[in-house]
Amino acid sequence: MTIGLNHYLVVSIMLFCVGLFGVIVRRNLLVIYMGLELMLNAANLALVAFSRFNDNLDGQVFVFFIITVAAAEVAVGLALIVALYRKRQTVHAEDLTTLRL
Amino acid sequence: MNFLPWLILFLPLCACATITLFTQRDRKLSAGLSIGAVVAGFLFSILFISSSGWNLNTELTTTWLSVGDFHIDFGLRLDPLSLMMTLLVTGVAGVIHIYSWGYMADDPGFSRYFACLSLFTFSMLGIVLSNNFIQLFIFWELVGVSSYLLVGFWFERPAAADAGKKAFITNRLGDFGFIIGILLVWATLGSLNFGDLEHKLHADPSALGAMATTAGLLIFCGAVGKSAQFPLHVWLPDAMEGPTPVSALIHAATMVAAGVYMLCRVFFLLNLPGSNALTVIAAVGGFTALLAALIATQQNDIKRVLAYSTLSQLGYMVMSVGLQGRTPAMFHLTTHAFFKALLFLSAGSIILALHHEQNIWKMGALRKKMPVTFWTFVAGTLALAGVWPFSGFFSKDTILAQALEQPNPALRYGFFILGVLIAAITAFYMFRVVFVVFSGPARSDGAGHAAESPSVMLWPLRILAVFSLIGGVIGVDALYNKMFEPLSDEFHYALWQRLLLPFAEAPFAATLGLLAAAAGFFAAYRLYTNVLTDPLPEKLGSTSQWLRDRLYFDELYEATVIRFHDRLAALANWFERWIIEGFCIGLVRGGTDLTGRMLRQVQSGNLQTYAFLFALGVALVLYFVLL
Repeated sequence: MTIGLNHYLVVSIMLFCVGLFGVIVRRNLLVIYMGLELMLNAANLALVAFSRFNDNLDGQVFVFFIITVAAAEVAVGLALIVALYRKRQTVHAEDLTTLRL
Repeated sequence: MNFLPWLILFLPLCACATITLFTQRDRKLSAGLSIGAVVAGFLFSILFISSSGWNLNTELTTTWLSVGDFHIDFGLRLDPLSLMMTLLVTGVAGVIHIYSWGYMADDPGFSRYFACLSLFTFSMLGIVLSNNFIQLFIFWELVGVSSYLLVGFWFERPAAADAGKKAFITNRLGDFGFIIGILLVWATLGSLNFGDLEHKLHADPSALGAMATTAGLLIFCGAVGKSAQFPLHVWLPDAMEGPTPVSALIHAATMVAAGVYMLCRVFFLLNLPGSNALTVIAAVGGFTALLAALIATQQNDIKRVLAYSTLSQLGYMVMSVGLQGRTPAMFHLTTHAFFKALLFLSAGSIILALHHEQNIWKMGALRKKMPVTFWTFVAGTLALAGVWPFSGFFSKDTILAQALEQPNPALRYGFFILGVLIAAITAFYMFRVVFVVFSGPARSDGAGHAAESPSVMLWPLRILAVFSLIGGVIGVDALYNKMFEPLSDEFHYALWQRLLLPFAEAPFAATLGLLAAAAGFFAAYRLYTNVLTDPLPEKLGSTSQWLRDRLYFDELYEATVIRFHDRLAALANWFERWIIEGFCIGLVRGGTDLTGRMLRQVQSGNLQTYAFLFALGVALVLYFVLL
């Protein structure tokens, strides 16, 4: 059995769904954040797969940029969570409902 | 010289604007501007007429509105009719402006008064000079506005404020018919310019077809309102709440005459084959004249007597137009402007001397104390009663003669007898006022201590008295006749011939007119010399009460028209409150509110819910886009 594009895409979808499930179900902001990263990397995987099977390097270059930006985003995101924890003493999503009417 | 008419028209408007915007504080400057504008207008009129002569028939126009190929012109029509009226309006208004300087001297609203007076002069000149219906109608309304402002000049008095409203609203009723008439003419004939209309109707008299009577009567509605004919006559007596010079200028000499002027201007629309408009006009005029004359006999307020007399004389003029007599109508309008303004101003002089007492039964014995006022008032009375050789005799005689020229004998004698009867009643109530006010005992302290008015008020009286005397023989009627009947022969008479002309041309009318005046005089003389109270109520009983209460027209309108209107307003209010506001607006508002409350539940503040809904939404969009 040769491994083709579809196999990569299925793995990518599964990764994405696991990430989305984590975001929707888990309460802890840090874990939600991990879910988000998982979804991002699912997209990266799909891009790399497309790049590889279409003989076009654009997708791989794109992924490098995404990883770089994601690193910066993680730094900002984690800093926000730390700041939030210092202020509210909690990182549970159901405790953070100030925006509700 | 063509700029002169524009200058005459717009000078009073400039005066009004300047006074209102800049010179309110300076009483003398304001009054000076206003008087200057109207006197300059009078002088310019004389200058214009002396340079271009009377026999003009031109228009000065400038485009006012232009939408596509639809144009409305702002134009001035210059012909003997409008020139004479311009001269009359500026002349009488000038005299009254000067008189007002004395009469209103102590009033805190002095500047405002003169601003309004200038606005009125502007609007009245606009009516007189208009060359089309739209422009006429706009100035017609402007005159109504300035009349409202001046009737309600002492607005802190509820009676004056109410009278202003009544005058304006009653006029609006007539104007409603008027504008429908104008639209009807425009729809059928496609033009509103007087010259064009006359030309079209001359070429094809049946152009209006079956609408001829309707159009004529709708246009007459405007005159019914403005000239206070029955059944819209109720506003004029109440308008006497305004200052007396205003009553003299607007509600006696000029504005109320605008209706008659308009009828003469658009006579070609009324005098169409198959149209019965003129008969109705004559009947309405005659009825108003009789009604008002009867009511005037039992009024005790000097200004109200004069107001009803004005109504009666306006009815006379309208009747004359209805009898195809434009020359008599305009002739009587001109002489009436002089002597009625004179009567009102003399009455104002008396009222001021008696510290705003208007009840004639609190006056008396003023002949010696106010000699100039006495003589001028008597001159006005003689003119109004139609005593030879005063101006009123000549103009009234032409109207009676006109009635005698009717082809239909029933109409001929009906209107002639009506005219003579009214002339007799007119003489009676005017001499009643003269006898009660000037002779007999002084009936109050105020009358005992009265003194003559200042000369700034007496000179206008003298000027008007002279014109009341000679107004009938200076050729006014010949001028109008030349315009209205260009085919008739032109005669040049010497002064003495003119004086005796009525007896030569229509001896029957002239003699009966004089006899009627004499009968009225003797009746008043018998009843009202040296009496303390009015003897008529005892003799006439309830008739007198009816006449004194103005035949209960106000009460009748109160009970019918006004009550109906109140009910209608209440119904509209109910509809507005419950149907529109409660049901229609309530449904929309309630629905929005309910939807909002429901949608609000979605905003829970729970991050996971949002994420879930977001993912669901994306999935849905993808489903529809991709599959």
